[in-house]
Amino acid sequence: MDFDFQFDWSAAFASIPYLLPGIPWTLLISFGGLAFGFFIGIFFGLLRISPIRWLRWLAVCYIEIFRGTPILVQVLFIFYGLPQLLGSPINALVAGIAAIAVNSGAYISEIVRGGVQSIERGQREASLSLGLSRVQAFRYVIWPQAFRRMIPPLGNQGIISIKDTSLFSVIGVGELVRQGQIYIATTFTALEVYFMVALMYLAITWTLSILLRQLERRGIAGQ
Amino acid sequence: MTVTTSSEPSIVRMQKLNKHFGSLHVLNDIDLEITPGEVVVIIGASGSGKSTLIRCINGLEEFQSGTLTVDGNTLKPDGKSSKALQTIRTEVGMVFQQFNLFPHLSVIDNITLAPMKVRGWSRSDAVATAKRLLDRVGIADQADKYPSQLSGGQQQRVALARALAMEPRLMLFDEPTSALDPEMIGEVLDAMRELAKEGMTMVIVTHEMGFAREVADRIIFIHKGEIAEQGTPEEFFSAPKNDHTRSFLARVLKH
Ligand SMILES: Nc1ncnc2c1ncn2[C@@H]1O[C@H](COP(=O)(O)OP(=O)(O)OP(=O)(O)O)[C@@H](O)[C@H]1O
Ligand SMILES: [Mg+2]
Repeated sequence: MDFDFQFDWSAAFASIPYLLPGIPWTLLISFGGLAFGFFIGIFFGLLRISPIRWLRWLAVCYIEIFRGTPILVQVLFIFYGLPQLLGSPINALVAGIAAIAVNSGAYISEIVRGGVQSIERGQREASLSLGLSRVQAFRYVIWPQAFRRMIPPLGNQGIISIKDTSLFSVIGVGELVRQGQIYIATTFTALEVYFMVALMYLAITWTLSILLRQLERRGIAGQ
Repeated sequence: MTVTTSSEPSIVRMQKLNKHFGSLHVLNDIDLEITPGEVVVIIGASGSGKSTLIRCINGLEEFQSGTLTVDGNTLKPDGKSSKALQTIRTEVGMVFQQFNLFPHLSVIDNITLAPMKVRGWSRSDAVATAKRLLDRVGIADQADKYPSQLSGGQQQRVALARALAMEPRLMLFDEPTSALDPEMIGEVLDAMRELAKEGMTMVIVTHEMGFAREVADRIIFIHKGEIAEQGTPEEFFSAPKNDHTRSFLARVLKH
């Protein structure tokens, strides 16, 4: 078979030094955002199962809004929309981290809720029957078990959020895709460069998968 | 009929206690007094309210009317007495049908958690007590294992040791052997028998009639949320007065 377009390995390799500077940005946005998202998720996830109705309702609103709208719209809103409200521009990096945080936070809320609710009722009853307070029962008995069950879905969310950062090229933050676009604008080697960009995402997500699998294996060892 | 031996105050006093689950009237005007050192066995058909009754004693279930005093602490209806509830729970131990051990903690940590966090014991004191209790229930060599590495009978004995570590004044048992393979029932009943001999006040829900007859000071038969009959094991098993008791005993003693 005859292709009129050849994959040019030398062009692919040549792009690497220009793409690599994008990796720290991709990592910074995704892990920075996920770190905040984790705490947001714990906060709203626990509100979601609070005995107080209006707190639950508040959490439902948050979760529905940020799960129900595209992350691209969220980041555009934060980067272009919010400055009009605040009267001062927002740094693109901050906007990217904030978008990952609020978006992953909504999904992580549901992961937290599911994890906590998956713990058998008897665990709480046994804790209370021993005289532990409700807070102690949660802290020493429910949460450690729930967290172990949350590791796989949290890893999944991490991978999704890493890939979501690729959309943030639209706000001009110099992550992987953005670096690729700039490079292609002068070399016109889209095939090779996007191939390398894809490989770099794979390298990041694979590393994370492997780390998580090890964590899971160690986490489950105590059960 | 009731074994009222002393001038000692009751450790449990229930008066006109009523409990509803929505429209379901699960406990109906229950009056119950238990004196220190007494072993009370509660029997009755499935769904009659046995679990609900003993779960009210340590506040795992709220009740809607009546009064309940446990070891001098009075619980009000609808769970509006958190201070008394907390005190009661530290003084009352419970063993569950499903063991409910903490799977993420080793056997020793299962036992030391509450004494350290609730009673404020040092780790070394709590561990010493835990080891002594494990020895007493015959599994001193399992201290560093995790619950999933133990047999059902061993797990239930850990659960017993865990409850005893809080030095309770009263122990509740909700069908402690119902989830066990037949060959493991004996080892758990043995440990409970020991405890009864040592003078622990015990309230036990069980279907083990032989065990009930042997250790109980008093047997209470619950029928549809009411105490239909109570008495010493001899009275109860040889001359049951209530029709429901008779038909229940005929059913369970057949096999
Ligand atoms: N959380 C609950 N919500 C609604 N109904 C309940 C609840 N727990 C128990 N019930 C009902 O209350 C009644 C008494 O239940 P309980 O568990 O006390 O019975 P039991 O005598 O312990 O039965 P078993 O021998 O099957 O354990 C049953 O009809 C049961 O279906
Ligand atoms: Mg029951």
